[in-house]
Amino acid sequence: MKVSILQFPGTNCEYDTQHAFEELGATTEIIWHKSETIPADTNLLVVAGGFSYGDYLRSGAIARFSPVMKAVTQYAKDGGKVLGICNGFQVLTEAGLLPGALKRNDNLHFISKYHHLKVINNDNIFLEKLDNGEVVNIPIAHHDGNFFIDSDGLQDLKANNQILLKYTDADGEVKNPNGSIDSIAGVCNKDKNVFGLMPHPERAMELLLGSDDGVKMLQGFLAN
Amino acid sequence: MTTAIVNISLKAGVLDSQGKAVHHALDSLHFKGVNDVRVGKQIVLKLDTDDKTQAMTEVEKMCEDILANTVIEDYKIELI
Repeated sequence: MKVSILQFPGTNCEYDTQHAFEELGATTEIIWHKSETIPADTNLLVVAGGFSYGDYLRSGAIARFSPVMKAVTQYAKDGGKVLGICNGFQVLTEAGLLPGALKRNDNLHFISKYHHLKVINNDNIFLEKLDNGEVVNIPIAHHDGNFFIDSDGLQDLKANNQILLKYTDADGEVKNPNGSIDSIAGVCNKDKNVFGLMPHPERAMELLLGSDDGVKMLQGFLAN
Repeated sequence: MTTAIVNISLKAGVLDSQGKAVHHALDSLHFKGVNDVRVGKQIVLKLDTDDKTQAMTEVEKMCEDILANTVIEDYKIELI
């Protein structure tokens, strides 16, 4: 299984992401944003977290025009599996590969802490290793994680089972850290081959460090 | 030369948390009678062209492509 990980100026989670996937047996390659192609043997393309282009203008707004993004868009259109974590999620919404947008957190704070998430739909190639309703504990670390979509868009997300994760407490009851509409933490596109989430599963790989709930999630990303 | 002033703000109906925080601050400073506060950003562009129609077309495209995220933001363009 080959995981290609995008690196923009300001990306800072690419090596954590690489380490996490390699621990699970994947081979990885970091792709600088100037590259106009992505490796042909890529099974999973990850847009890693960080602060691409310093979050100037809007988070992800400038990264989406980097040379590599044309190849990413083509890869996604051809059915390739694309994962956006945190800033990667923001880049993918800006690029139009995922619906909605990520606004400033309602409380205006940068939030960095463990948070529980509930699996809403596992009927996709990303979360099939987890059960519907299962609660996992995964860190969040963002300033602009407040997911917004208009009411028609939200209806579409529900109708197509595109809401994959929601913020909850340990019992799976809604608990919303940042003001996201419907407490949404992660969504996929209509074709279910592009997935974006604000939490960082690659940071939840060791019990010693607080949680290893990310392991199962990442194994799921590698499963297909 | 034409100067384009682009004002970008969150759409009506999209909660503006910064505006709300500023509103609270104004309130605590006893500035009364403020009903609503919206915080936006301004981008000023200096363009080569003197043709206002051409300038408007170009800046509108810039707004749609990158300057604004039309999922959550509105933009207004003023040409000088």
